[in-house]
Formats: sequence, structure tokens, C-alpha cells
Amino acid sequence: MREITYSEAIREALRQEMKRDERVFLMGEDIGPFGGSFGVTRGLIDEFGKDRVRDTPISEAAIAGAATGAAVAGMRPVAEIMFSDFTTIAMDQLVNQTAKIRYQFGGKARVPMVLRTPTGAGTGAAAQHSQTVYNWFVHVPGLIVVAPSTPRDAKGFLISAIRNDNPVLFFEHKLLYSFKGEVPEEEYTIPLGVGEVKREGKDVTVFATSIMVHKALKVAEELDEEGISVEVVDPRTLKPLDEEILIQSVRKTSRLVVVDEGPRSGGFAAEAVAIAVEGAFDYLDAPVQRVAAPDTPVPYSLPLEKAYIPDEGKIRAAIQRTLK
Amino acid sequence: MAVTKPAEKTLTREKKLEMLRTMLKIRHFESRVDEFFQRGMVRGTTHLYIGEEATATGACAAIEPTDYITSTHRGHGHCIAKGGELPKMMAELFGKETGYCRGKGGSMHIADVDAGNLGANGVVGGGLAIATGAALACAMRKDGRVVLCFFGDGATNQGVFHEAVNLASVWKLPIIYICENNQYAISTSVKTAFNIENIADRSVSYGIPGVIVDGNDVTSVYDAVSEAVKRCRQGEGPTLIECKTYRWRGHSKSDIQIYRTKEEVEEWKKKCPIQRFKKRLIQENLLTEEEFEAMDKEVEEAVEEAVKFALDSPYPEEEELFEDVYA
Repeated sequence: MREITYSEAIREALRQEMKRDERVFLMGEDIGPFGGSFGVTRGLIDEFGKDRVRDTPISEAAIAGAATGAAVAGMRPVAEIMFSDFTTIAMDQLVNQTAKIRYQFGGKARVPMVLRTPTGAGTGAAAQHSQTVYNWFVHVPGLIVVAPSTPRDAKGFLISAIRNDNPVLFFEHKLLYSFKGEVPEEEYTIPLGVGEVKREGKDVTVFATSIMVHKALKVAEELDEEGISVEVVDPRTLKPLDEEILIQSVRKTSRLVVVDEGPRSGGFAAEAVAIAVEGAFDYLDAPVQRVAAPDTPVPYSLPLEKAYIPDEGKIRAAIQRTLK
Repeated sequence: MAVTKPAEKTLTREKKLEMLRTMLKIRHFESRVDEFFQRGMVRGTTHLYIGEEATATGACAAIEPTDYITSTHRGHGHCIAKGGELPKMMAELFGKETGYCRGKGGSMHIADVDAGNLGANGVVGGGLAIATGAALACAMRKDGRVVLCFFGDGATNQGVFHEAVNLASVWKLPIIYICENNQYAISTSVKTAFNIENIADRSVSYGIPGVIVDGNDVTSVYDAVSEAVKRCRQGEGPTLIECKTYRWRGHSKSDIQIYRTKEEVEEWKKKCPIQRFKKRLIQENLLTEEEFEAMDKEVEEAVEEAVKFALDSPYPEEEELFEDVYA
């Protein structure tokens, strides 16, 4: 099968959905001729015109709120927030409006919108352009949160998100944009809320999110040579979470390491651990391990940023702790 | 902006009487809500539209049933003016299954999406961006619809006001921003919260028309909104209309009103939108005192029927808690 990048897979999903459904349109900062800060929407304005690929002023609240209003009024907007750090500016819209509309109106409205946004550290962009914030939205009933780790997942989930009648927050890891993988050319969907075992194993489960999936896979490869069989599970959708795939894996391996790029306290890793303990406590043979970012802002300097981001060494050490 | 086409000439008697009836509906509905609130039968909080009836009524009379509105925390009047059904509204306030939101929204979240009411809002300024997005949908579909976005004076000091109005102006969206300047954001007077005399002046910074209207005069509101609707339908973009009005009651249940004088309230009560319009209609020989009494009684009875419906309706089942989080 042909290989394309994560970025190209997202662009292909957008293009195919815009061709399929004229209600689908894009809005965001510098997404038109400029192609988006990470180039994801490059060329789409030439194909679909400025009515359907809308450059907005720097107004995150208006972007999120207008996408919400357009969705309630029957369109299917795909909004882009340039860095997920800036969802803070749209927080009232997303949390108090977007997520609540359907419920508080007694089910008499739908909000079929997608908000795409780049996530994560590793680019030297420091504390306001590098955060992992998806966990905030996992805490908001009414939202769906997706963080794909591969080009194939990115395309399949984005198409599902666009066709879904709920608001979906779609977190794209910046360092994955150039990552290549096999992606079918035709349109396909992957059901939201369904995780995937990225590598089968029997000794320990590593439950990893977004780019951490790749670091976990690398460690699994290395440990395989040492006779340790690591199972890597990717939830792919953080809300709703595929709890069953996590519980089943832990029941099989009896050991769990959760890897997530967000700060440790109150983080997504803690949620995953709680689910595993609730669903597979009797099966556990070792204390559960969390590998997460420290409770600090993301630093600028290269050695500091490297120390901040969970890496293969930390994952390996955590796995080994469960095997002691 | 100059307002042409005075409503006195263009409105039929039937339409004028309908506007009077709508204002009476709001007045009676709100008066009953106030009572039920005092008696603890309406929970949480509630914000009454008494004294401001002409604004919602005149504005909604200038649009079509297929057009959209967004409303505010003080939203009962907008809902009624947009054709909302009193029984479903009252049932919602009582938290009943038969309410507009099946009892899950309450006073601050009444919506009737099928009728174009995209909802009241518990956040000051919360409807501004949503309304702008609805107008974007109308513009992209070229369906000729417009959006009336209601908000108070307080909302214009929210950042999202700037973001939303600017976006609508650069995209020339079919939306009318209706600022109900009722003089106070809870206890904070517009005199303390603004360094300008008229909120409509803010339109200058968006390059759109700004109109100041007597918000207690239903036909003035109708005229200004009609003009703005015409601009929208011709693709000329948004208008900001400031309706100067006054809420007779406190901001909400807990308001002891230490920030204004009784005299000030009494002065504004003299400008009662219903009495003014009634007087005018009688002068124009379009209404008699007897006809008014009959209409008033009829409306009062309709409100009582809504109350009865609400009281007789069941509460939602506990399972309802989990329904409609997602589509």
C-alpha cells in the first residue's frame, strides 16, 4: 500500500469529505493561501475556494463559537486552532456552549463540528506552544476527544469525526506531521471510541497515547530481544475511552505502564490507571506505573525540554519496575 | 443610521395588535414566574424581562419564522416573541418532562431550535459567537435567513463581543446585534462600566451601522430592526442596534437593589412599553379600552393554562439524566 505522511492523511480526509458533503468547510487562522502554521491545509483553498476554506482574524473564541453556531444551524464545520495551547481562549465556547448545547436543550440540537489542533512538545516552542491539554476536554461531558498516532488512524478518525453529529476535538501531534505510514486511498472510517493493540505481547501492557505510542513500540522492539514481551495498546480516542481494550490487555499481561505526554497530576494517565484498577485489580501482579511529563511548564532549552518529555528510557525503566 | 419606513405607516392593525398581545404575554408570564419563584416552585435563579417587552417584541416582529435568534439569561421574552409556546416554557421552569428542554435546561437554557430559537444562555455574551456562526451558515447556504442576536449592555464588555462582531463585519454576515441596554449589569451601572455615552458607537470600530433606539417603543425597535434585516438580506452585513430600556425588577432573585433609587425605577415605569403602545393604538382608533381588557384577560388565561399544564406534567424519569449527552 502507498505510504503518505500524517499531515497528508489529514489533508486527504479533509479534501475527500469536502468533496462528498458541501456542508463541510474549514475555518481558522492562516489556513488559506498560507496553508496553516504546519501546512496541513496547504492547497485546499485552490481547490475549494475562500468561501469553504476561511481565513479568520485571530479570534479563537469566535472561531470555536462560530463553528458551534454554524453546526447547530446545519453546517459541518472543521475549525482549526493553531496551537492547542490557544484552546484556552476558546474555553468558554467549547466547555460552556459547544459541549452543553445538546444536553441542556433536551436533545433538540446537534453540534456536528470538528476542532483540529496541534498538540505536544519537542519543537523548542516553550511553555505556551507545547502543552498537552487534551485531558482538560476529557473531563467535559458532551465532547469527543481524539488523538491519533498514525497516518492511517488520523485519516480514518478525522472522517469519522466529520460525519459524527457531536463536537469532536482532534489533537494532532506536531512531531507526527511528517511521520509516514500506509494509508488507503479511498475514504474509510474508524469508529470513535475504539482503541487498537498496536503490538501484541504477554508480559506487560503499555497503554500509550499519541506520539508516545511510537516510543512505546520502539522500547517493545528492544525488550523483545531481551526476552520481554510487551503489548502496546493505543486508545486513539481519549473520550469515549475504549475501557475494555485496556482491561482485557491488563487481564492478559497482569502488568501495566501508562505513558502520556501531559503533566502527571490529574492527568490522562491517572484516569487510565483508575480504569485498569477498577476492571482488573485481581489480575495485577505489580504496582501500576505512570510515565508522564513532570508538573512543570514546558521549558525552552533543548536539554531541559528533552528532560521534560517522556522518552524511551523512562518507558523502559517503568516496564522494568513492573517486572521486578 | 437613519431609519426609514416608519412602522406607523407600514404595519397593519392586525400586526400591531399581535405585538401588543406578545408584550402582554411576556408581562403576564413573567409575573407568574416571579410568584412561583418566591414560593420556591422555580429552582435556581431566574431573570425577568418585565419592562423590556418592547425590545424582543419589536425585533422579532421584524423577522420571519424561518430566521434565527439567540437569547440571553433574561430570555423568556425573546422566546415568547419568537413564537415560543407558554406551556412548554412554564413546564421547563418547573423542571418537567414536557418542558422545551425536557426539564434539563431551566430558565437560562430555554431553546426551541426547530422554531429558530438557538437558545437562552447562562453566560453573559455566550450567544454572540454562536449567533455569528448561525449567520455564517445562512450566508454560506445563501438561504436568505438572518439572525437576531440579543445581549445586554454587560455583554459588550466581554472579549467575545469584539471577536464576534468583527468576524461578522469582515465576512458581511446576515446578523443583527441587538444590545438591550437596561442600564445595569447586575449592580454595575453603564456609567461605571463604559467611558462612552452610547454602546451603538462601538459599531464605528467594525465599520458597520450603529443605531440607537428607544427600546421601550415597540414600533421604533421594529423599524430599526426591519431596516437592518433589509441590509442583511441584501448582503450588506451586520448592524449593531442599541435599545435603551430598563428592567423593573432586580437582576435576579438575590438582588436587593441598593444600586438604584426608587425614583429612578418609578421614572422608567412611566415609560411602560405596554401602556405607551396601548395608548397610541387607542389614539389611532385601532383599539378600544374594552378590546384591551379582553385581550389582557385572554392572555392571562393562556398563562394560567400554561401553569396548569406545567403543574400537571410529570418530572423526568431518573434515566433521563444520562440521555442526550451525545447525539
